[in-house]
Amino acid sequence: MKFVYDRLLGGKNGAIGIAILAALIIIVLPLVLDLFRLNLVGKYLTYAFAAVSLVLLWGYGGILSLGQGVFFGLGGYCMAMFLKLEASDPEATKIQSTPGIPDFMDWNQITELPWFWEPFNSFGFTVAAVLIIPTIFAYIIGYSMFKRRVGGVYFAIITQIIALILTVLIVGQQGYTGGINGITDLKTLHGWDIRDDSSKYILYFINAFLLFGVIFLSRYILTSKFGRLLLAMRDKEDRVRFSGYDVSNFKIFVFCIAAMISAIGGAMFTLQVGFMSPSFVGIVPSIEMVIFAAVGGRMSLIGVVYGTLLVNFGKTIFSETFPELWLYLMGALFIGVVMYFPNGLAGIWEKHGNKLVSCVKNMKCASAIKSMIKTKRLAKAEASSE
Amino acid sequence: MSNTDFTLAIEDLTVSFDGFKAVDSLNLYIDKDELRVVIGPNGAGKTTVLDLICGKTKSTSGSIKFKNKELTKLAEHEIVHAGVGRKFQTPSIYENLSVYDNLEVSFPRGRNVFGSLTFKCDEEVDSRIKEVAKDIFLEDFLEMESALLSHGQKQWLEIGMLLIQEPELLMLDEPVAGMSVKERELTAELLKRICKGRSVLVIEHDMDFVAKIAHKVTVLHQGKILAEGDMQTVQNDPNVIEVYLGH
Repeated sequence: MKFVYDRLLGGKNGAIGIAILAALIIIVLPLVLDLFRLNLVGKYLTYAFAAVSLVLLWGYGGILSLGQGVFFGLGGYCMAMFLKLEASDPEATKIQSTPGIPDFMDWNQITELPWFWEPFNSFGFTVAAVLIIPTIFAYIIGYSMFKRRVGGVYFAIITQIIALILTVLIVGQQGYTGGINGITDLKTLHGWDIRDDSSKYILYFINAFLLFGVIFLSRYILTSKFGRLLLAMRDKEDRVRFSGYDVSNFKIFVFCIAAMISAIGGAMFTLQVGFMSPSFVGIVPSIEMVIFAAVGGRMSLIGVVYGTLLVNFGKTIFSETFPELWLYLMGALFIGVVMYFPNGLAGIWEKHGNKLVSCVKNMKCASAIKSMIKTKRLAKAEASSE
Repeated sequence: MSNTDFTLAIEDLTVSFDGFKAVDSLNLYIDKDELRVVIGPNGAGKTTVLDLICGKTKSTSGSIKFKNKELTKLAEHEIVHAGVGRKFQTPSIYENLSVYDNLEVSFPRGRNVFGSLTFKCDEEVDSRIKEVAKDIFLEDFLEMESALLSHGQKQWLEIGMLLIQEPELLMLDEPVAGMSVKERELTAELLKRICKGRSVLVIEHDMDFVAKIAHKVTVLHQGKILAEGDMQTVQNDPNVIEVYLGH
């Protein structure tokens, strides 16, 4: 019990933060919002997985990845492949020249299901693939970068390039991937329609619980010695290395975990939104995820969830009114936050929260002094009048 | 090269950076329980020697044997596991962690990824941290964020982070730089205490401090050994006087 309290919830302050966030996401929002808006929130919360992964990777590890969209996308595509195969049964696709394969394959003159699509007929395999494929991919990237001691800006640029390459690959191989349109028209999961109202609610709650699960997992990692080593590495990498740690292994591990967390978000995105496309894989979404983390506070697992929600609501509102200005505003927001509020919303809250408390105390003090002065004056006036 | 009784035996060690030989066929032997001080003018190659021993720089040729184990082929963390600890010239501590956490992170257990995830700060770790903190005069500062320590205290903390790993060879690069007279005295006392049961290799410029601690002094000049012996002999060596005063 003490373990749960200290390590997963993060002591008193952490537990209060979790409780407030949980109340907001699980109780308040579903009661207040209509289903359309709630589904939107659910979509935003899938990005929060990527933002949480960036707390581990960037906030604590000091490793800026501009390619979390890659892992988000891989997770999403794995899920989309399964759902697409289920939606493409021979009955539903009988007008195609090759019934039983996804429609976009048929349009591209592919007559047989490619070998790497086969295993996605199994839901068990798909769930495993969502978790494992992005992790293996992250391991390969991490191993080849961190063992060579590539880091900092170079690492950021390389991850960004990988995001670009993957987008180009998906768009280019449209017979196998659905191309620029992505994988669309997803309908059912084992016969369960993911598009109707009740399943939208269920998926929203599954997503919310998974998000809290991921936050607990991250909290466990960050409160272990591993977490302190991440901070130590960010500060003095050589000192850690010459204290007997193989620094690259620690970086590879945190990169893999971050990839897996992002991938869960991606899979939930596909389920809730009903399609997956390269526009959630590339450079722009990857950078947006970094912005969510920066705005929310990259050292705070809870803060980044608020950051993600806030920026996305902002995006929805502003891009409806000033669609062409939104990107500039987003850029300005990022620069502003990094320059003036390096700890984001969480940092402002900490500072402001303390001030609020001391302000209340000061006011009490001031009024006490005022009343003291008043009584003294009264006493003096009485004395002089006598 | 044959096996020796020395803790550290460096033979014919050479490293060249684009043709410039920073260390030039160096031979250096250090005994157990010995406190050796390496001195020399700027650019003599003192720090490079430490870099070579701890694996930060790879040698061009020659051998470094620690307890008859060749170090030149090992990765940095393997050299640490073999029992070599090294303090850097500028105090290298984790400023965003407390003194306690700095020592805990340095404790030689849970050194791989999964070990660190399941590491527990138990009785043994706790008492060892407090013991080391006492040795390095920081027992009253355990909860303080280490960024707030004075420069001298940071130097001590880094020494403590090495001591907690119980290295058999301890290498200290300018341990008293930036310390007050009082702190220097305490450090001299600390070094005398900790060189029992291990070998200590110190680089230092402060001659009074060197005289106070050194068992033996090695003078490096342009990557080569100029003189070696006790402080008295070295100070009176005409070559050493020439190098230090000649320009």
